[in-house]
Amino acid sequence: MILVVAEQRDGRLNRASWEVVAAAQRLAAKTGGAPIKVALLGGDLAAAAGELSAAAVAEVLTVEQAALEPYTADGFVAALAQLVAGQAPTYVLFPHTYLARDFVPKLAARLDRALVADVVSLAEADGTVAFTRLIFQGKLAADVVLEGEAPYLVTFQAGAFSADLAERGASPAPVSRADVTIDAALIRQKPEAPFREAKQAVDLSQAQRIVAVGRGIRARDQLPLAEALAKALGAELAASRPICDAGWLPIERQVGSSGQTVAPKLYLALGVSGAIQHAVGMKASKTIVAINKDAEAPMFELADYGIVGDLFEVVPALIKELQR
Amino acid sequence: MKIAVCIKQVPARDWQPRVNESRTWVRDEDAAFEMNEPDAYALEEGLRLKGRHGGEVVVCSAGPSRVSHVIREALARGADRAIHVESDGAASADAFEVAGALAEAMSGESFDLVLTGLQSDDQGFAQTGVVLAERLGVPHATIIMEVKVDGGALRVKRELEGGWFQWVAMPLPALLTIQSGINQLRYATLKGIMAAKKKDIRKVAASGAHRSRQRIVNLYAPKKTKQTQLIGGTPAEAARELVKRLRDEARAID
Ligand SMILES: Cc1cc2nc3c(=O)[nH]c(=O)nc-3n(C[C@H](O)[C@H](O)[C@H](O)COP(=O)(O)OP(=O)(O)OC[C@H]3O[C@@H](n4cnc5c(N)ncnc54)[C@H](O)[C@@H]3O)c2cc1C
Repeated sequence: MILVVAEQRDGRLNRASWEVVAAAQRLAAKTGGAPIKVALLGGDLAAAAGELSAAAVAEVLTVEQAALEPYTADGFVAALAQLVAGQAPTYVLFPHTYLARDFVPKLAARLDRALVADVVSLAEADGTVAFTRLIFQGKLAADVVLEGEAPYLVTFQAGAFSADLAERGASPAPVSRADVTIDAALIRQKPEAPFREAKQAVDLSQAQRIVAVGRGIRARDQLPLAEALAKALGAELAASRPICDAGWLPIERQVGSSGQTVAPKLYLALGVSGAIQHAVGMKASKTIVAINKDAEAPMFELADYGIVGDLFEVVPALIKELQR
Repeated sequence: MKIAVCIKQVPARDWQPRVNESRTWVRDEDAAFEMNEPDAYALEEGLRLKGRHGGEVVVCSAGPSRVSHVIREALARGADRAIHVESDGAASADAFEVAGALAEAMSGESFDLVLTGLQSDDQGFAQTGVVLAERLGVPHATIIMEVKVDGGALRVKRELEGGWFQWVAMPLPALLTIQSGINQLRYATLKGIMAAKKKDIRKVAASGAHRSRQRIVNLYAPKKTKQTQLIGGTPAEAARELVKRLRDEARAID
């Protein structure tokens, strides 16, 4: 059996859950058609469970407990350790979200079972399933096999499998409650309500064109070069996270999973490698241009147009050309 | 407060990895190495907490002998002493093996707070800190952007996706995985570098009791799926062609 652990917040299903259902269906097909169950944990799960029951799966299991709302790592690990022991799945699959990153490694350690994280596709090796993940900043792909006893825990990168490919069932899957006992006194984390920082002055999501700078810009005092290009294009300036971490540009100009999500007509990336956490914030842009000295940079996988070269030579030439 | 900071030494970011003959790991003889970036932020946070609350900062690193370079660097930035878990395999090992070895070496130290980076720039498991928390039997929180200590309690700001945050309180001892950008890094001073030479590095042999649960069976350049139009020529030629295509083909500029 393959167990998918779906994710919800305030009763709303995270769309990444459907991506993992799609991944589970592919894994099932590769491993002899094992049945799939989907588990949901939290306080009030009726709506999310109803939505998931449309999937072509054997069963939707809800673990509804006051101690699981709001989320805590200790609460989720306690609940899932019992659920996994009771259900005895071969694989337990999760989306690789911030939430999963927070508790899945602890669950794996508690169960003493293998965990392969941030998987982008399935592969084969020596007649068994291998999981492909990107390492060395996306420069290499590694097919990984898991050792030791089942269950094997796997988290999937956002977008690795398309939610639209998740097969729907002919009739709704049964929804049933799974009982676990959680001793609330053993939950050590006391979470407060999530919040956003004060409204930002710049709203990059409205920009028609964006020039984004990455670490390739090298120094703060090189930023005027990128600003001049932005001006010549009528574009807003944005950046990868390390540029904002260093304080060279304000955080409101950061694009990516922990910054803004943008979809301009033109996204021109200067010396940005194209890490997944950056890509999720800009890949919906209509036209993407990458200027990078490394021909193997993952950003070229996203770009419509690319120039392999030194940005300090290409950008002045571009500015000149635009001003002609 | 007794603070441990776990640090990994990783190949420098601009290094182009080459695959070994069996396609199971990289050939890194020619690589330059550096401190994993999120770990550098964890170290800085540890030093700042010591500045506010007193105590000591102990750097822990598992890896081959070359790891002593990042250990010295951490000591030069202000850490008080270090534990080096000697293991040639640690560089390619998984998070279970490394966390297991670290937990063993840290037992008996009774740290109040253990800090790690949120993931490494090489294999990027994003697991070592959290698995270590379980092995040490302490609560944890991940992707931390602010740390407040008040007596025996900890209050930390977790980064969530899409610009959201959340404060979480928990008792000490605890483990936190630190996100890049939590603070501004300091660099070693000449005085720090001199002082580091006299600081204690306790060497511990990894017992080998903790084995990796995952094994790379094939390592290769990622498959290309997108047909990017690459524009060549001199910078001036490439610029002219790009502007032309952005105007006429993509209609992305006027
Ligand atoms: C939980 C989490 C959340 C994150 N959130 C975000 C986020 O929201 N946004 C984000 O951007 N990142 C985020 N990151 C970080 C992300 O993983 C990458 O580390 C980061 O995006 C890399 O930034 P970069 O491309 O500027 O730097 P690098 O990866 O160092 O790339 C620099 C690039 O510049 C090129 N270059 C260097 N010199 C030149 C030159 N002279 N001319 C042309 N090209 C040159 C290099 O070839 C390289 O490709 C997050 C990471 C984590 C773990």
